[in-house]
Amino acid sequence: MASARATKIDRLAGLAVRSPDDQDPDGAGPDSGLSLAASAWRRLRRNPVFIVGAVVIGLFLILAVLAPLIAPHDPGLRLLEDQVSRARNEIPPAQPGHPMGGDQFGRDFFSRMLLGSQQTLMVAVLATVIGLGGGLVLGTLAGAFGGWVDTLVMRIVDVMLSIPSLLLAVSIGALFSQQTQFTVILAVAIVQIPIFARLLRGTMLGVRESDHVLAARALGVKGRSIVFRHILPNSLGPVIVQSTLVLAIAILDAAALSFLGLGAADDATPEWGQMLGNAQDFFDSQPHLAIWPAACIVVVALGFTLVGESMREALDPRQRR
Amino acid sequence: MLQLVLVVWVLSVLIFAWLRSLPGGPVSALLGDRGTAETRAQLTEALGLDDPIFVQYLRFVGRALTGDFGTSTGVSPGKPAMDLFMERFPATIELSIAAVLIALVTAIPLGYVAARRRGGWLDNTGIVGSMIGISIPIFFLAFLLKYLISIKLGLLPTGGRQSATIDATRVTGFFVLDGLLTREWDAAWDALRHLFLPALALASIPFAVIFRITRASVLDVMDEDYVRTARSKGLAGRVIRDRHILRNAMLPVVTTVGLQTGALLSGAVLTETVFAWQGIGQALAIGFERKDFPVLQVVIIAAAMAYVLVNLLVDLSYAVIDPRIRTAQKGS
Repeated sequence: MASARATKIDRLAGLAVRSPDDQDPDGAGPDSGLSLAASAWRRLRRNPVFIVGAVVIGLFLILAVLAPLIAPHDPGLRLLEDQVSRARNEIPPAQPGHPMGGDQFGRDFFSRMLLGSQQTLMVAVLATVIGLGGGLVLGTLAGAFGGWVDTLVMRIVDVMLSIPSLLLAVSIGALFSQQTQFTVILAVAIVQIPIFARLLRGTMLGVRESDHVLAARALGVKGRSIVFRHILPNSLGPVIVQSTLVLAIAILDAAALSFLGLGAADDATPEWGQMLGNAQDFFDSQPHLAIWPAACIVVVALGFTLVGESMREALDPRQRR
Repeated sequence: MLQLVLVVWVLSVLIFAWLRSLPGGPVSALLGDRGTAETRAQLTEALGLDDPIFVQYLRFVGRALTGDFGTSTGVSPGKPAMDLFMERFPATIELSIAAVLIALVTAIPLGYVAARRRGGWLDNTGIVGSMIGISIPIFFLAFLLKYLISIKLGLLPTGGRQSATIDATRVTGFFVLDGLLTREWDAAWDALRHLFLPALALASIPFAVIFRITRASVLDVMDEDYVRTARSKGLAGRVIRDRHILRNAMLPVVTTVGLQTGALLSGAVLTETVFAWQGIGQALAIGFERKDFPVLQVVIIAAAMAYVLVNLLVDLSYAVIDPRIRTAQKGS
C-alpha cells in the first residue's frame, strides 16, 4: 500500500501514456500524426494562463540577468549609514540616487531588491536541478531494473515522502555545522528527490508496456538502448511539468528556511526570503522593506505555478476545467 | 498496518544514521557545546559508542520503543524529550484541526458554487485567490494577520494559547475542549480567541487545495448520467445537490485532506513560530536554532507516523463514503 501522496504522484505519471480513446478537444487526437509534445504545445500557446505566467517569468529572468548593470549601487555597501537611527526607528527615505531609500543598515534598497532576484532564482533553479537529477537517477534505477532494486528504492522514497517537507529540509540543514546558501539549496533539493523519483518510475512503468517499446524489444534492441532511447525520453513529460511547479515550491521553501534561520546570505548577496524575514521587525515604521520582497516572491512563485499548471493541463486535456 | 511498521522501521534506520552524522556526532548532539573532554569521554562510554554499530542500533531502537529519546538540551533543558513532546503535541493537533475545519467549511461551499457558476466572478476570484494562497509565504501571511488584526486593531491576542490571567483546569491538553468540558466558558472563549488567527493563517494552504479539488470534482460529477436522471425525475435541487453531486464529489476531497497533513505540519512550524503557539512546530523551530537534537528526533518520528496514520484513516473512510468500495472488498 502506497501512501496517498504517492498515489497523487502516480496519477501525474499516468499522463505520459496516451490511451487510444483519448479525445483531444483540438482534434489533435492520437491519429492526427502530432506527437504528444507537439499537440500539447499547440494547446499551450493559446492558453492565456500560460502566456501570463511565461511573461512574468521572462521579465524576472531579464531583470535577474541585467541586475548588475541596472543596480545603481553595490548592495553590500552601507552608503546611507549616517541616516539610520536605531533609537528613533529611522531608515533612509527615498532620495535622489536611491529611488527606494535604504534598508535598516543604510544599504541601497533598490539595488538589493534587483540583485535579490539573482539569488532567489539561482536557489530555485539549482535546487530544482539537483532534485531532478537525484530523482532521475533513482527513478531510472527503479523503473529500469524493477525487482528488488525497485522495491528498495521505492521503500526509501515512501518513507521520505511521509516526512513533512519542511521537517525533512530542517533535519538535512541540521547536518551542516556551517550554514550557507548551499545548505538551503541542498535541503530544498533533497526534499524533491523522492517526488521526482516516484514520478519518473511510475511513468516509466507505463511507457514500458507501450507498443513502441514492445516493437523495439521484438526487433532485438538491447536492454540499455531500450531504457535510454525508448523508455526514458518518452517518460520525461510529467517530470518537466513537475520541475516547473517545483521551481515555485523551491522559492517558497527557501524563503521559509531563511525565516527559520537556515542559510546565511552575506551582505553582498541579498536574498528576498531573508530580506523579508529581517524586515518584519521594522514593519510598523517601514512596511515597504517587507512588502517589496514579499510581493516579488508571490509574483515569481505565481508565475512558475501558472506555467506549470497550464503545462499539466496541456498534457492532459481531460483535466481541462 | 504493514506500511506503518515498515515506515517506522526505515525511519528508525534513517534517524539513527542522521544522529550519527550530525556535526560532532551524538556526543555533541547530546551535550551541546558545554561538554568538556572528560564528560565527553564518559558519555561516549556510557552511550556505548565503542560497541559494534548494530549493537548500538538495537540499543537505540530499544530505547525508542520505551519512549526514551534523551533529554532536551535547548527547548526546555533537562526535560525528557518525550514529555516535552506529549505536552506540546495537543497544541499542534488543536491548531491543525481548527485550520482544516476553517478550510473545509469555506472551501467546499465556495468550490461547489464556483463549479455551478463556472466562469462567473466567484469562480474566477476563487481560482485567482487559491493561486495566490499557495504562492504567498505562509509566515508572511501569518505575520500580516497578526499585525493588522492583533497589533493595529487590537481585536485578538497576538500570540500564545491562553491568557496568563486565566486559571484553567487541564483535562485533555486541547484548551478549547478543556474549557467546554469543565464548563469554564471564559477559558474556552479565551483559548478560541487565541486559536483563531493562527488557524486562519494555517488554513490558507488546505483552503486553496480543497477549493480547487472540490470545484474540479463537482464539475466532473455534474456531467454524470445519474445526475441528469435525477434531474429528469424532477427531484428537488437540494436533494440532487446533497445526495447526488456532493456525496460523489467528496471522495477526492477526502483524499486531499489526508494529503494535506504533511503540508499542515510544515506550515505549523512557521505559523506556530509567528504566533508563539506552544506546539511541536515551534519546538522544532527552536530546537533547530539551539541544536536540540533529542527534541528534533521525536518531532520528526512523530510527524511521519502522524502522516501515515492520517492517510490510513483516509483510506478506511473511503468505505464509509463510497459503498462500492465496501462491497468490492467483501467480494474479493
